[in-house]
Amino acid sequence: MILRKLARNKYLYMMFALPFLYFAIFHYVPMFGNIIAFQNYNVVIGFVHSPFVGFEHFKEFLYDPYFWKLVRNTLMLNVYGIVFAFPAPIVLALLLNELRSKRFKRLVQSVAYLPHFLSTVVISGMIVNYLAYDGMLNRFIESMGGEQVQFLSDASWFRTIYIVSDIWQQIGWGTIIYLAALTGVDPQLYEAARMDGANRLKQVLHIAIPCILPVITIMLLLNIGNFMTVGYEKILLLYNGSTYETADVIQTFVYRRGLLGSDLSFASAVGLFQSVVAFVLVVGANRLTKRLGGATLW
Amino acid sequence: MKLGKRKYSAFDLVNALIMLVLIFIMLYPIYYMAIVSISNGSSVARGEIHFYPVRITWKAYEVIFSDAPIVSAYRNTLIYTSLGVAINLFMTSLCAYPLSRREFYGRNLFSLFIVFTMFFDGGIIPRYLVVNGLGMLDTIWAIVVPTAINVFYMVMMRTFFQALPEALHESAHMDGANDLTVFWRVVLPLSAPVMATMTLFYAVSHWNSYFPALIYLNDSHLYPIQIILRNIVIQGDVASQSTEASGVMGTLVVDQNIKYAVVLIAILPILLLYPFLQKYFVKGSMVGSLKG
Repeated sequence: MILRKLARNKYLYMMFALPFLYFAIFHYVPMFGNIIAFQNYNVVIGFVHSPFVGFEHFKEFLYDPYFWKLVRNTLMLNVYGIVFAFPAPIVLALLLNELRSKRFKRLVQSVAYLPHFLSTVVISGMIVNYLAYDGMLNRFIESMGGEQVQFLSDASWFRTIYIVSDIWQQIGWGTIIYLAALTGVDPQLYEAARMDGANRLKQVLHIAIPCILPVITIMLLLNIGNFMTVGYEKILLLYNGSTYETADVIQTFVYRRGLLGSDLSFASAVGLFQSVVAFVLVVGANRLTKRLGGATLW
Repeated sequence: MKLGKRKYSAFDLVNALIMLVLIFIMLYPIYYMAIVSISNGSSVARGEIHFYPVRITWKAYEVIFSDAPIVSAYRNTLIYTSLGVAINLFMTSLCAYPLSRREFYGRNLFSLFIVFTMFFDGGIIPRYLVVNGLGMLDTIWAIVVPTAINVFYMVMMRTFFQALPEALHESAHMDGANDLTVFWRVVLPLSAPVMATMTLFYAVSHWNSYFPALIYLNDSHLYPIQIILRNIVIQGDVASQSTEASGVMGTLVVDQNIKYAVVLIAILPILLLYPFLQKYFVKGSMVGSLKG
């Protein structure tokens, strides 16, 4: 019975063979490759012969205050993100939705989406040059009679820089989903509110926001699900020794310790810890989203 | 109707002003790079460039176009992007089509197999060891193969295939065509819209990516433009990047000219394609995030 089904669709299986192999090799082999996190992996003798050390590496970093600094930095960037970067596109979408001229609205959208398509390197390049001691921003500050600020080498500025540049790049793009939800709002609701004498602000507060609240909730949950991940590719380009205090996160540390420092087993252990916690968070967030009636990916 | 006749209130005015400020904030940082790149070096060095270029010169572009590492990096990126997209389309459709067929026995299990990889990341180090073990380090394959299928995009394509009328398959099968023929002769010709979307999605991600090149490539001849960009613009490595550049440095061209000119040529394809990108990406992001 099953065999007959398999035989009838043999071409589908043939097609699927390559993608299957791809996921096996580039996703599942690395997953199981995390075995080296429990070894003292030695590239020369290979992972079959490398000695097992159990949870040695995990103990080492869990007792290391620096590791908790990495966790703190990862979480702080996410907390800042939720507080500042998350509401930004919602506010912008509400404002865009209030624009009277459709053509002007489209123009603003087109312009605001643009930064989303720039690469991390370009964004970071602009940050590094504009915030340099002789950069655009410092020149402006000086011309206003202020003092130069060491934005890039002062650890207390890092989170601000990271979040503000994130907002600049993603605020427009982030509006898409909220704008779509806003177009779904029944115009009769607005009509009725106007009849009752509600002004624009009241219409936004009592109609627009409640109508997009489910979408906001889902986005918030997905955001929380990604609490263990940050844009490490950007951080890698922006941080330096003097900003590690606030900028170093788990993945940048894994990269430095593992690939630059060749401490493969220890770095894998830290990476595995990150993957496991991230997995629990994402799955938890997805469960919650589903319970709230939101569509998830599958 | 009534909407159009309503008077513009103070709020409308403030809102429009906010939008104008937003447009300025979005465009000025990009515009600034453009005007600095074509301004005279000494004016740039004195910080005289604000809203328009001063004593326009294309010298910076002459310098970077005659600089071997930059030109070769640009060519590498073009190669990585075109080969990468070809592999992406091939692999993604091979994956999406069977998963879109109801009679594909075990498709739920396979779907789970694939979606799980989105939730649990193998990690940077183990993946590096796999790429290394396959002998891909310092080859073009390390750039184009490990990212062959993006699960989000694959789901989008699968959704598209599922929306095609079932009758197409039935009549083709009736005529004795097998799944491969149906896919090739019937499904693919109808899939131009989704293929165009996928091409743009994947092309942008290849064009913009730097991290795989950073960890998998040591040979500077293989560097894509984003790595060169990082070296020049972020690490300020202008002179050693280009021996040519150091010769003309001085009054006509300064580091800033070169840096921003390189950024401009790196984002030029994105800017040129932007009208298409915007259209397809907006549609795509809706499919990916809402329905799926």
